[in-house]
Amino acid sequence: MKSTNVRPFKPGVALAYVILSALSVVMIFPFIWMVSSSLKDATQIFQMKLFPSAPTLENYRHLLFREGSKFPQWFLNSAIVAVSTTASVLFFDSVLGYTLSKFNFPGKNAIFLLIVSTLMIPTEMLVIPWYAMSRALKWVNSYWGIMFPGMISAFGVFLMRQFMSTIPDDLLDAARVDGRGEFMIFITVVLPLVTPALATLAIFNFIGNWNAFLWPLIAASKPRMFTLPVGLANFSGEAGSDWHYIMTGASIAMAPLVVVFLIFQKQIVKGIAMTGLKG
Amino acid sequence: MTLAAKRATTAYIFLALPLVFFLGVRFGPMIYMLAMSFTDWGLLRKELHFVGLGNYKAVLTDPVFLKSLGNTARYAIFGAPSVIVLSLFVALLLDLIPKGKAAYRLIYVLPYITPIVAVSWVWRWMFLQPPLGVINTILMALGLQAKEFLNSPQQALQSITAVNVWVEMGYCTTIFLAGLQTIPKEISEAAKIDGANSRQVLLKVTLPLLMPITLFLTIMEGIQFLRIFTQVYNMSFQAQGGPLDSTKSAALYIYQKAFTNFEMAQAASASLVLFAIIMAVTFLQLKFFDKKMGY
Repeated sequence: MKSTNVRPFKPGVALAYVILSALSVVMIFPFIWMVSSSLKDATQIFQMKLFPSAPTLENYRHLLFREGSKFPQWFLNSAIVAVSTTASVLFFDSVLGYTLSKFNFPGKNAIFLLIVSTLMIPTEMLVIPWYAMSRALKWVNSYWGIMFPGMISAFGVFLMRQFMSTIPDDLLDAARVDGRGEFMIFITVVLPLVTPALATLAIFNFIGNWNAFLWPLIAASKPRMFTLPVGLANFSGEAGSDWHYIMTGASIAMAPLVVVFLIFQKQIVKGIAMTGLKG
Repeated sequence: MTLAAKRATTAYIFLALPLVFFLGVRFGPMIYMLAMSFTDWGLLRKELHFVGLGNYKAVLTDPVFLKSLGNTARYAIFGAPSVIVLSLFVALLLDLIPKGKAAYRLIYVLPYITPIVAVSWVWRWMFLQPPLGVINTILMALGLQAKEFLNSPQQALQSITAVNVWVEMGYCTTIFLAGLQTIPKEISEAAKIDGANSRQVLLKVTLPLLMPITLFLTIMEGIQFLRIFTQVYNMSFQAQGGPLDSTKSAALYIYQKAFTNFEMAQAASASLVLFAIIMAVTFLQLKFFDKKMGY
């Protein structure tokens, strides 16, 4: 009956729309208020106007282009950390997923369990020994120091193994008969078949590392090594009542994620659903 | 070498570096910390002494740690069920509407993927006292009383919990909705033919079928709220967990012990206590749901 456009009016459905729309306002209003506040100057910031009477980009200029502002450095640091860890996770997790799903060797299941069981250990506990380790090895205030805990993701290993185990062995054997080496098979046969999983893993890792707070807060004590969230927390803590700058900083920290989100919205929603249904 | 042996060797080569990683960055530190929790470990100390359960005694008799554990429990008890109930309700509504599901879901997921530091400061800004805070301005325009929110020891924890519910809701709604869409329509239609009304279908068919997802989300959200840190750090004055320690979570207490006071051994003990609590809560939830599901 899809061709008919006339639907019987259902009060339940109408009520659902009303509730869902009201809720949408609650969900999205903080973002609108943030952007609105970032377009106001110090004289307008305390006016309760959703649309500033004299919108200005001066706050963005102040944080991004003023001599001495640390925001560009923090932005760069966050980008370096998020991109490098994501590249590393994609490489190691896909190799691990492949090894643990398509190779047979003694200790295979034990190794898989060992890796997955690390998911139970929360970051909040590990930061203490990580910090001791970083001090001993002189990793404090370095990119490597911020990145090392995230170079391989146990969840990603789990995800890639799930996906790769669905690839038929015959397909791999056929490639072997063709005389291709194990690494070439991995690159030319296996990886193209799991690109949706790779995309999900990449997006979530990027988001997670861009947003990470606790470990970067501990791993960097010098402002030039702060990531954007750590820098924003520090900046905001010292900004006092300069809320127009704080809201501009928050908008800057959020901007790349909103772009990623709008481009990859389908994969993100699918990815979230996947973590729930497979977990 | 046989083919099988050759392939096993390849596998071990692929696994070598990652295994070093997991042992060195996950298990090793965990065991190291467990060992250090029985010593007088501190960053500035040269020598280590065995102190038995001294650190555990010290933190478990520290009123601030006990208060932070109580706060953590309140975050979880208020927060996790609120997220589950709200997002289940929203997912059921989304399942009901014929058009616009994707657009609504997109809006609800936005808070979940944005940096918690940034949204914490946005809410802190909105929670300000009148005439500066937008929420209080709206409340007063509606003829309601202004609230103190983060300034009041009675309301601050609830305010932070509400923000985290707002953050987590999109995640749970998305998973619930995906679960709802895997339930074959034939099942509920069959129940309707048998004379069941919508409410009976919901209670006897839909909700029981969603049980495994509800279990998964309850555990995930329970852990999420028990670990709460970034929100409290950014939404309390000078990251102190105030006013009057009323919002200080166990994770923030551990952070302060370790990185403000440099009492690493006590921080290690406190974090192992928190870990034990998280494990116990997860285990109890599994047990409880096991009974409910009947298998």
